[in-house]
Amino acid sequence: MASTTREKVGWGTANTLIVVLALVPVLWIMSLSFKDPTTISDATFWPKKWTLENYRGIFDTSEFTRALLNSIGIALISTLIAVVLASMAAYAVARLDFPGKGLLIGMSLLIAMFPAISLVTPLFNIERALHLFDTWPGLIIPYITFGLPLGIYTLSAFFREIPWELEKAAKMDGATPFQAFTKVIAPLAAPGMFTTAILVFIFCWNDFLFAISLTSTTRARTVPAAMGFFTGSSQFTAVTGSIAAAAVIITIPIILFVLFFQRRIVAGLTSGAVKG
Amino acid sequence: MADIVLDNITKRYPDGALAVDKVNMEIADGEFVILVGPSGCGKSTTLNMIAGLEDITEGELRIGGQVVNNKAPKDRDIAMVFQSYALYPHMTVRENMAFALKLAKTPKATIDEKVNEAARVLELTQHLDRKPANLSGGQRQRVAMGRCIVRDPSAFLMDEPLSNLDAKLRVQMRTQVSRLQRRLGTTMVYVTHDQTEAMTLGDRVAVMRGGLLLQVGPPQALYEDPADLFVAGFIGSPAMNFMPARLEENAIRTKLGDIPLAGEVRQALEQGGAGREVIFGVRPEAFEDADLVNADVRDAGIPFSAAIDVVESMGSDVFAYFTLEGDRATSAELEELAKDSGGADMSGEGTQVVARLDAATKVREGESAQLWVDSRSIHVFDPKTGENLTRGRRNRDSGAQRTAV
Ligand SMILES: Nc1ncnc2c1ncn2[C@@H]1O[C@H](COP(=O)(O)OP(=O)(O)OP(=O)(O)O)[C@@H](O)[C@H]1O
Ligand SMILES: [Mg+2]
Repeated sequence: MASTTREKVGWGTANTLIVVLALVPVLWIMSLSFKDPTTISDATFWPKKWTLENYRGIFDTSEFTRALLNSIGIALISTLIAVVLASMAAYAVARLDFPGKGLLIGMSLLIAMFPAISLVTPLFNIERALHLFDTWPGLIIPYITFGLPLGIYTLSAFFREIPWELEKAAKMDGATPFQAFTKVIAPLAAPGMFTTAILVFIFCWNDFLFAISLTSTTRARTVPAAMGFFTGSSQFTAVTGSIAAAAVIITIPIILFVLFFQRRIVAGLTSGAVKG
Repeated sequence: MADIVLDNITKRYPDGALAVDKVNMEIADGEFVILVGPSGCGKSTTLNMIAGLEDITEGELRIGGQVVNNKAPKDRDIAMVFQSYALYPHMTVRENMAFALKLAKTPKATIDEKVNEAARVLELTQHLDRKPANLSGGQRQRVAMGRCIVRDPSAFLMDEPLSNLDAKLRVQMRTQVSRLQRRLGTTMVYVTHDQTEAMTLGDRVAVMRGGLLLQVGPPQALYEDPADLFVAGFIGSPAMNFMPARLEENAIRTKLGDIPLAGEVRQALEQGGAGREVIFGVRPEAFEDADLVNADVRDAGIPFSAAIDVVESMGSDVFAYFTLEGDRATSAELEELAKDSGGADMSGEGTQVVARLDAATKVREGESAQLWVDSRSIHVFDPKTGENLTRGRRNRDSGAQRTAV
């Protein structure tokens, strides 16, 4: 008994510590976002003077709302395309034997490991030549490229779990390969698709490197990049408050996104297909 | 309804493995055929080729007179039950059964009618709205069959449909499958590696080994007249007893004694010359307690004495086990059979023999007993080719009546 109590206490402490470590910066940012610009550097945890001034400030101009729209649009479109493409590719990787399969897996691994920073300059030049620079597709395409390996890896693991015979059964029942995929395999891989969607969305949403390098105006600039261009409400006020407010606001969609999809990640969706 | 013809069907997997080798078989319309054989002999591959799930490397497959080699499964009008059932876990029982009809764009009313009818037959009505995860093994198995029935296909294929069930349920489902097939009258090809299922279910049994089709025939014919050593050892439980023997003039010298040869068997065996080494096979029921043999058949066999190791009473009969000293019979077929049955037979010295005796027998464990073996029901095999040298021949003079022991 003694050991289990000790274990409980030990785990409890460790968990609390990690949660605190993770949450303190978040709370700090929130606290900063509510501080009046004049007290922003007073180094207290709780704001002495609460204000919504920072929030009002960032919505004053269209700069932030425009960035928010860009972020949501670009991240959603990239996620959608990446998940659809990744699920098809992952299905092929998991189920079919085709020449160049090893190469495909290797290439996608390579992309995932390749330092993105080294690609920024070439991408910049390519996109300018193709007139993609500072457009939505200009960001969506690299996001899909970097989201795909992630998606292919997660999804092929899910596809491998689905019994082969289900597909044969669908074939026997008269399904075309496409129907077998959409009506049997894809619904069963849904948890995997949602997991992938969350991961890819977070990646696109948080990206700063591409967003700052491949945009030059508010046309396609996403929030993480836009925040770097914030100016205070006046020349003499610090921008810290505005940045904090923006940071709080851009975490909201991601929390909603995760909460929404998390309920759809139901484990054991395939149980019952075969005798357990 | 349709007949299925396998004409020199061969399957070579891309890695070069020859899984099915020139199989010829004609399955009549409405017939119930069992494919049986040890693990890895190509049963599933054959079935999958009939279904269209595997390409046919060589040969021709005709269903209802049409060559279907290049037809997709959905165009062959065949339904299949998989060993793992392969139910769609995200669909209810009703949706599972209706899936094929829905894909075929059957009107909703017809689908409902067919699904309800199938559910009634299979006693699944109260489970129609459940998901497969919430069903028992037997119920899942029935859903898998229901999925086939609703389609009214021209043939059913079943790949070891009962092997996932426990022993008791398996016996129940076995009778249900057989009743269902008779009711529907649909052609059925059923794969199993359980020889009891093979013997009890089908109109005809096809025994496969290493990709080859060894013998096809009614269960009783396979039992009484096996084509070779493998079929002889595979069909029947307990299995046929094998021992090395030597052909002499007019007799075969076995460890049980010299068994006289007569009639067709003698003619057939004499052609190969005397002094030949052969494998002698005899089924457990060819033995009897010497005291219990009727006087009128006593001369049709020979008596011998044996030290009984184990006696198992089954109520209706008694299994007596004894060991014959010396070398055991060896051949590729026997080795494979031993491997298939778990290899237990390969341990220990000598040849273990099982005799099935009348319940009235007085044999005791650890005592010597006088037994009798019927020389009319013996089999002689060529040790090299495994061929049954006595196939289709009786070891008695023509005209003699075969009397029950
Ligand atoms: N996809 C494949 N590629 C290569 N060889 C295969 C493949 N599938 C099966 N084989 C080989 O073909 C042979 C026959 O396999 P099959 O599945 O038909 O056996 P089976 O008789 O159904 O056995 P079991 O009773 O174990 O199900 C085996 O030797 C197997 O190793
Ligand atoms: Mg098999």
